[in-house]
Amino acid sequence: MKTVIVGCGRVGASIADAFDKAGHIVVVLDLQTRAFDRLPSSFKGEAVRGDGTDEDVLRRAGAEGADVFLALTEGDNRNVMAAQLAEEALDVKRVIAKINDPLRAQAYADLGIATLCRTGLMMDAVNVYLGMPASDLPGMLAPSGRHPGGEGHGPPDGPVESGTVGAGARPTRSPEA
Amino acid sequence: MFVLVVGGGKVGYYLTRELVESGHEVVLMEKDRVRADQIADEVGSIVIPHDGCEGKYLSEAGCNRADIVAAVTGDDEDNLVICQMAKHHFDVPKTIARVNNPKNESLFKHLGVDEIISPTRMILGSIEQDIPVHELLHLAALGEGELELIEAHLQAGSPAVGKAPRDLAIPDGCSLFAVIRHGIATPLRPDMVLEEGDKVIAIGKTECETLLHEQLIGSSQTADA
Repeated sequence: MKTVIVGCGRVGASIADAFDKAGHIVVVLDLQTRAFDRLPSSFKGEAVRGDGTDEDVLRRAGAEGADVFLALTEGDNRNVMAAQLAEEALDVKRVIAKINDPLRAQAYADLGIATLCRTGLMMDAVNVYLGMPASDLPGMLAPSGRHPGGEGHGPPDGPVESGTVGAGARPTRSPEA
Repeated sequence: MFVLVVGGGKVGYYLTRELVESGHEVVLMEKDRVRADQIADEVGSIVIPHDGCEGKYLSEAGCNRADIVAAVTGDDEDNLVICQMAKHHFDVPKTIARVNNPKNESLFKHLGVDEIISPTRMILGSIEQDIPVHELLHLAALGEGELELIEAHLQAGSPAVGKAPRDLAIPDGCSLFAVIRHGIATPLRPDMVLEEGDKVIAIGKTECETLLHEQLIGSSQTADA
């Protein structure tokens, strides 16, 4: 399985290392070379310095036709744009974007991108630890099928169907300021 | 007309001022509080000092009843997200995005942004029009961007000079349809002999460009410096 990861922060680097150890092909991109210091010396994948929202950079990094694409930078919008490039222009099969704003996370899940929302994930974790009821902010959302370009396309093969994965209902509350 | 402008840089500021002067209802969103206050001092309390990429603040700005959303920040990814949120989450009828990297134009169009303005592309076009290089001049992108309107200026060394269009190997998917000679545009007939100084107007698929270049400009890379 070939995985492209944009953003070599703690999460990006940890996933890159884990996938690499599991024997997958991994390419990780970051704007700063220093970010690659987070990768262990045993890392056998590829580390590319460059802008993951630039189609040419992604192509040069070999993202075209990858099996998995993870957009995990600190910028919600950069992740959104990288993810949509991967899906629309680079023909990647499974794309996940980290979007910390719950409203945007929900909106892009509706538009067909699987989204990962730290706000929701952490609330869920806290609630579970304290034995409290699940929050109404989902941590991970599967693409619900509608597509920004208009043409309908379903979620990719896999265990997820549609709607919320993990914690129950969709967000009805406003996100935190 | 209610226009929501996102991004209070030079473009957003002047855009807001012009729109207010012409009597439109305008709200400007600028996430830098100092800059937002500065603009509000001049244009009044129509400035929201928050990030227009965040759904919550778009909602507070009245995005759901906006006729037009203009995303004019300096960052392409922000402008894309603002327009997509406006379009798909708030059902805004018309979205306009400023694009800095001209390569993002087709992606934005494909992802549903209604109007894309690329200052880079405009300046580039203006420069290309002023410099008489031995190149094909891109006049406009048509359709989804897969077709281009092209102008070829025939110079002395061009293989097309002295020939008629029917004697040229024009690639499939391309059509030469007009010629500008001495400032007068005429439809290009298949038997019309081309002259030095003619400007040939063609429509063609983007990938035909190299072949078209060979036929009209010549294959040698002898452009003047």
